[in-house]
Formats: sequence, C-alpha cells, structure tokens
Amino acid sequence: MNRAARNPFLWLLLLLLSVVFLGPLVVMTLTSFKTTGESQAVPPTIWPGEWTSRAYDVLLSSPDNPVLRWFANSMIAATAHALLVVLVASMAGYAFARMEFKGKGALFAVVLSTMFVPGFIFLMPNFLILDSFGWLDTLLAIVVPGAAGAFGVFFMRQFFLSLPKEYEESARIDGAGPFTTFFRVVLPNAMPAMVTLLVLSFLTNWNDFVWPLYVLFNDTSLTLPIGLTKLQGAYTIDYPIIMAGAVIASLPVLLLYAFVQRYVIDGVASSGVKG
Amino acid sequence: MPRGAPRGADRRTGSPLVPYLFLAPYLVLFVTFVAVPAVFGLWISLHDWDYMLDSQIFVGLGNYADLFDSTSVIYPDFWNGMQNTLIFTLASVPFLVVLPLLLAMLLHQKFPGRTFFRAMFFAPYVLGVAVIGLMWRYLLDANFGLVNSALGTEIAWTTSQPWAWVGLVAVTVWWTMGFNAIIYLAGLGDIPVEHYEAASLDGANWWQKFVYVTLPGLRPVLVFIVVITVLASANMLGQSYIITQGGPTQSTQTAIMVITELGLSRFQMGAAAAESYLLALFLAVVSILNFWLMRDRDAAAQRRLVRDQRRTVREQPEVVAR
Repeated sequence: MNRAARNPFLWLLLLLLSVVFLGPLVVMTLTSFKTTGESQAVPPTIWPGEWTSRAYDVLLSSPDNPVLRWFANSMIAATAHALLVVLVASMAGYAFARMEFKGKGALFAVVLSTMFVPGFIFLMPNFLILDSFGWLDTLLAIVVPGAAGAFGVFFMRQFFLSLPKEYEESARIDGAGPFTTFFRVVLPNAMPAMVTLLVLSFLTNWNDFVWPLYVLFNDTSLTLPIGLTKLQGAYTIDYPIIMAGAVIASLPVLLLYAFVQRYVIDGVASSGVKG
Repeated sequence: MPRGAPRGADRRTGSPLVPYLFLAPYLVLFVTFVAVPAVFGLWISLHDWDYMLDSQIFVGLGNYADLFDSTSVIYPDFWNGMQNTLIFTLASVPFLVVLPLLLAMLLHQKFPGRTFFRAMFFAPYVLGVAVIGLMWRYLLDANFGLVNSALGTEIAWTTSQPWAWVGLVAVTVWWTMGFNAIIYLAGLGDIPVEHYEAASLDGANWWQKFVYVTLPGLRPVLVFIVVITVLASANMLGQSYIITQGGPTQSTQTAIMVITELGLSRFQMGAAAAESYLLALFLAVVSILNFWLMRDRDAAAQRRLVRDQRRTVREQPEVVAR
C-alpha cells in the first residue's frame, strides 16, 4: 500500500465529500417515501418514520400530471436524439478526418467556431423556424435541432484521426467502396467513441431544460424536466410528491451512468484536453 | 494527365462527391438550425417582431438603441438581468475554478477505489437542473429544510438576500464541480511524472511542486476551464427559475430569464433577439479577454519550464525552488 492510501485524513475527507455529494440524492429518495406531514417536520427527519408509497400512487394516477407520458416522451426524444447525433456526427467527423475536399479547412473552422457561440442567440430564430415546420409542441422540436451542435462532429473526428488506417486500406484493396468501408469496417472499430457520444447526447437531451420549457405547451407533450416544474406549481410544498417526480426523472440517468460511467467520464475528460 | 485530375484523395474515396455525401446529413442540420438562425436572429433583432402579428415592422437598430435608453420599457429589466448574471458569474466562477482543482488533486492520489469516488463526485452533474433545483428547493426551505437544521440557522435561503445568491452559487458549485474536476484530472494525468521526480530530486516541497510543475502544466486546461465556466455561469437560468423564481423581487432574475421571458412568453422577439445578441457580444469580449490574458503567460510559462528543465538537468537545484 502506498503513502496516500494509509493517510487517515484522506479517507475522512473522502467520506465527508461522499456525504456532501450523495447525501442530497439519498434525502430526495427517502423524502419521496415520507408522509406529507413528516416531510415538513421540524426538526427534519432523514429516515422515514413511516414508509408510504402515497406520493408515487398519487403521481402515477394523476390525470392532470401524466408522469408516465412525460417519461415516455423523454425516453423517446433522448433516444432518437442520441441516435441521430451519433449517425450524422460519425459521418461528418469521418469526412473531416479522412477525406480531402475543397473548402475542408474553412468548413471545419466554421463548424468548430460555433461551439463557442452561446446557444441562447438561437432561441428566437429557431422558435420561428420550428413554427414554420409545424414542429412546435412536438418531440421533433426536442430531437432534431440539438443534433446540429458541433461537439459530436469534433469528438468523432478526433477519434477517427487516432484510428489506424490499415483496416480501411485493406478493405479498399478488397474492392469495398467508401460507404461499405465506413459502415462495415470503420464504425465497428469506432464503438467506444460512439457509445460515449451516444450516452453524453442522451444525458444532455434528457436533462435539457430551457428549450423544451418554451417549445412544448400541452400537458401531454412535455418532457420530464418541464413536467417537474408543473408538479412544483401543482403541489407547491407537498414535497414527497415533488421528490417522487424528481426520483422518477433521475432513475434512468443514474442507472445509465452507473453502468457506463467510464464512457461518460472519458468523454468529458477528452472534451477538455484535446479542445 | 489533365490538370486537376484525381490524385491521392480521389483514388481513396472514389467520386469527388463522396466527402460531401458523408457531410450532407450533418450540414443540412447545421445550415437549418445554426447557420441560418444565426443570421435570421440578427434580422429579427432589426424588427419590432411580434410573433402574434402577421407582418413585422422594420426598426433598424431601434431595439439596440432601446437597450441603451434608460427611458425605454425594456431597459430596466434587461440591465437588472445583466447585473444579476454578472453577480452570479463573479461569485461562482472562482469557486468553480479552484474547488474542482483541489478535488482533482485529491483524486489524482493513488488509493484503492479512486475510480469509484471519481464516479461518485461526478454523479450530481448527471442529473438535470430540474431535479437538482427541486431537490435543493426542499433542502433550503426556511422552515423545514435540512440545510438550516444542519447549520443550526434560520436563514430564508430562497427569499432573502444575500442568502439567495449564496444558495444558488453553492448549489451550482455542488452540481457542476465534478465536470470541471474531471477535465482537471485528465490534465493532471498529462503532466509527465518526470517533472515531479526532477522537482523532488531538487528538494522541492509540495507547494513548490504545485506552483512550478502542476500549475504551468495545467495552463491550457485552466484557460479552457475559465472560459467554459464563465460561459456556463452566464447561461444560468434553471437554478433561479426553480429555486428562487427570480426573487426576492427580481434580484436573482438572470439575463437569460429576462430574454426568454420577453421573447418566448411575451413574444416580443425583436427586442429579445437584440438582447441576446448584445449579451453574446459581451460574452465574446470576455472570452477573448480570457484567452488573451492567459495565453500570453502560458507561452512564457512554457518557455520558462523548458529552461528550468534544462537547468535542472545541469543540476542547479535552486532554480526550480526559486
């Protein structure tokens, strides 16, 4: 064992930080199983004195707040968005990494520069563009516009640059065309990068707040984060119900994260170092 | 062979159209939802654009002039929002630059379970602002919140100042510091171990190693962190929207809240677009300033590091520990 691992202060600090970072999530979950009265107790309790699933029962049977519908909306939108991003960003990233064409340098510079353009300048024009497409208040508004972001293209290009060219060259010698080479040979070797981008895109879309807040209107078309703000308005200080909604919105992303945390963290890490 | 005949590139890819076919799906999206809106947004900002009306009145730079005219209707809200965004950015960025670095240095130590702890400290960032906002709204409740109970205080975190800002900054630091820490951690991993070993041989203590090896080695990462953290803080909306609802008395209503409220709730899109472009201009200037201020010293630090290393090799210990 090395020196750091034998330092008791290190472990004390780690324990303290664990409570700070995870404690609020634990309290949120425990509160969702409390009675309304206990959730407002002074001083507050942490462990529920009386366990009840009332919050979930109310929430899942409320016709005004179709939580399951919101859940489905979020799931469909985030999945479709992530798949779209991976497809278009892989193809474009591959072209930028491996092909020569007129205006490549300038085009890549333009695409890359938009990574530093703050997203809020697109709010008004994209609202009107989506309106003209008839996409307002539909999931298309959540799925498609975000896929125009430059991060995925940049991320996939970086990966393809690091990929050895031998596979593609031997495929070409075997007579494969560029599309066959790409889909049959290159993409199967790009799985780690594709999974990372898929997960990051899913998480971002699942959590997106400002855009869906203004382009979705009807109760049945909301995504979960926007539905949660509606719960806040409907139940004000009935916190077990609001926390139950938050738990339902957290569960898929926390589960996904638990299984693929290495991909998520590697993706985030690479965004800085090579950026 | 005719001029411009296929050379290496085309032999590899077949038709010269192929690269464009690979780019097409992305470029359609890019043109529709990034390139066109960037220009269309400017066009909107030159109109008295009301979504509810059929025809829009061209007003030239009128909307921009209104933003600098203290008697105009949109002036007070906009500059209140700008001021609030500035307060939030100035208050949150130092914490979000320093604390994640400390966390990253802690996680850079070698101890069993570090991958597990790294994943755990990043976990809040995986959750959306709606979830963490509602969760902290409850924890910060003045009457039955756990924060007051734990601290033994009776602070109205969401309805009084400066506590509303303290709460919003603390929640944001808690939520996003894992993200910055991960980027720092990757940067720490890229600093060659030999630099630390050389410093140790020279008798440098941990502080000297931090100042002369870690910080110069992290300089590019540090620039990146400062720039993206400023941008992220300037984009703040969700935390205020959910935890304080912009209150007390609009004191936490951020610029983005003002813009979205004006443009997408009250549909005065011309004025809101002008506000968004002005804010973007401010941010562009700040980002360029950040890059410029930090890049200059970056190059100098690199040169100094190389020089120091050369001298270290020539066994002049006091140079590193200067």
